[in-house]
Amino acid sequence: MSLVAALRRLAHVRTPAVGAWLTAQRTFTARTLPLRSNNKVTVHFINRDGDKITAKGAPGDTLLDVVLNEDLDFDGFGACEGTLACSTCHLIFEDEVFKKLGPVTDEEMDMLDLAYGLTDTSRLGCQICLSKSLDGMVARVPESVTDIRQSKDESA
Amino acid sequence: WTYEIETWWIFQISLPTYKTDPSVRFSSCTPKVCIVGSGPAGFYTAQHLLKTHQNVHVDIYERLPVPFGLVRFGVAPDHPEVKNVINTFTQTAKHSRCRFYGNVNVGKDVSVGELKQAYHAVVLSYGAEGNRSMGVPGEGLAGVYSAKDFVGWYNGHPSCRELNPDLNCETAVILGQGNVALDVARVLLSPIDILKKTDITQPALEALVRSQIRRVLIVGRRGPVQVACTIKELREMVNLPGTKSEMVEADFDGVTEALKDLPRPRKRLTELLLKTALDTPGDKEQQRRHQASRTWGFRFFRSPSEVLADADGNKTVGIRLAVTRLEGSGEGARAVLTGEVEDVTCGLVISSIGYKSHPIDPSVPFDTRRAVIPNTMGRSMFPSGLYCSGWLKTGPTGVIATTMNNSFDTARSLVEDMESEALDLSSVKTGSEVISALLEERGVKSVSFSDWEKIDSVEMSRGEASGKPREKILTVEEMIQVART
Repeated sequence: MSLVAALRRLAHVRTPAVGAWLTAQRTFTARTLPLRSNNKVTVHFINRDGDKITAKGAPGDTLLDVVLNEDLDFDGFGACEGTLACSTCHLIFEDEVFKKLGPVTDEEMDMLDLAYGLTDTSRLGCQICLSKSLDGMVARVPESVTDIRQSKDESA
Repeated sequence: WTYEIETWWIFQISLPTYKTDPSVRFSSCTPKVCIVGSGPAGFYTAQHLLKTHQNVHVDIYERLPVPFGLVRFGVAPDHPEVKNVINTFTQTAKHSRCRFYGNVNVGKDVSVGELKQAYHAVVLSYGAEGNRSMGVPGEGLAGVYSAKDFVGWYNGHPSCRELNPDLNCETAVILGQGNVALDVARVLLSPIDILKKTDITQPALEALVRSQIRRVLIVGRRGPVQVACTIKELREMVNLPGTKSEMVEADFDGVTEALKDLPRPRKRLTELLLKTALDTPGDKEQQRRHQASRTWGFRFFRSPSEVLADADGNKTVGIRLAVTRLEGSGEGARAVLTGEVEDVTCGLVISSIGYKSHPIDPSVPFDTRRAVIPNTMGRSMFPSGLYCSGWLKTGPTGVIATTMNNSFDTARSLVEDMESEALDLSSVKTGSEVISALLEERGVKSVSFSDWEKIDSVEMSRGEASGKPREKILTVEEMIQVART
């Protein structure tokens, strides 16, 4: 997660950063603010009620950034704030879009494996960066955000 | 039809918006809800209530002076990103309709009955403070600890401060193979250079510096395909600097064949386990293993039958493990005793076989077998106006996100009951006013959220001095002292 994105998230949340400053930085990307709106990438989210919500983000923003910046109201989305410590930013894509999203790291796959309603075209929103080639993409928010890390053995 | 639409609009304008504003519909008072427990369950329940009901006031009561429950005392020190949820909890605590009252012991300082009188609804989210016992002889010996206490010790829970585990032995045996077991193994074997930059407590860090433990066995009743941990935690063990793994090849008979039928998450986990246990290492890995000074491994098909004591009968010197075999396969496979046993020499035994909730108050129904509050969708069976969320509702399994969903469900039930009149909102409830007065009478001084922020600030600045995110305050007395400055 870029340093700029992390700082922006802290500003958005408006709280003391208790653990977030320890969050490992991946690559430092210098994100320039777009001067014209045609630098923006359009993303359509399908929420859990089936409604289509259109939002825009800048190239380099992650889908989680877009959800947070645009105040999209998906219950419980992004609990770990983009640090690959949960699966609550789980999104499902169409085949053609999925192919354009690039390779999945083992780290992402490990967390994705715990997502409820996992599909072959699932990804974690905090790992998908916007680019112009993804303009108009559709991302579906799946039914629930429960991690499945539950012990099966509930007997006393 | 144009005429009908026009009158429909007039109809809408002239009537009060009773459909969207429940408080107007019922000419009722401000709903007041109290939540007992300030871990993820308490905070996520509060968060959802505040978001979906525009008038409800929520008070969160917490036994300790500090909030956040297992996020503070359970999540491993080397997993700081998991604690990011504290940011969203902090926002909730600072919401204008939310109040935090720390240092209040519900069940002792104030009863659930008194809370029910003062509030329209009470949500119990105090989690699981106990642990399942192995139920074997020798469990009470020095050197045997529950994972709950061991984790509480290195995470600074005031009640675990005196644990002083003796780490002067070569081998530690952990019973249970879930993520908590792996957290314990990882903390026991991690290079000090890594641990010293985390918020692990100073006494625990010093004990680990002196620790003689070089080998950790993580023992489970069933086989590799049933292991309860998840792949992220397994990968951390496999990649732990300075360590190498040691497993029993025979434990993996038939596992490769079983792979093809497994769903992807279980398949990837099992593949990693197989690779770790069976693969012949390449040169680089050979060298890494050669230089490793610490070992860890899973032991399968073993169930604890007795903890063995020294000649004086006080200290742990080993553990007797009953050998099992599997009946059935996959998730539902059961471990059956074979009659054989195996003794393992060790000086530290940690049982990581599950947490357990306790009843808080005789007036609250409690299922002692499952150790939960009997409920439907978070609504306690009886009396009305009582709800539960988190581990107290579903049993002590699942990660923070699981609890989040569980708590949202309880909040939804509560809001539904408020809107449908299943919950009686017709009488005014004084909420914290009457409870604060009671507490004062009883000499109990609660800690506010801004008091917690003073504690938070002191911890962080003390940590800065030693390159740690915080140096946790370890006693309730000192927490209160700082809160009062």
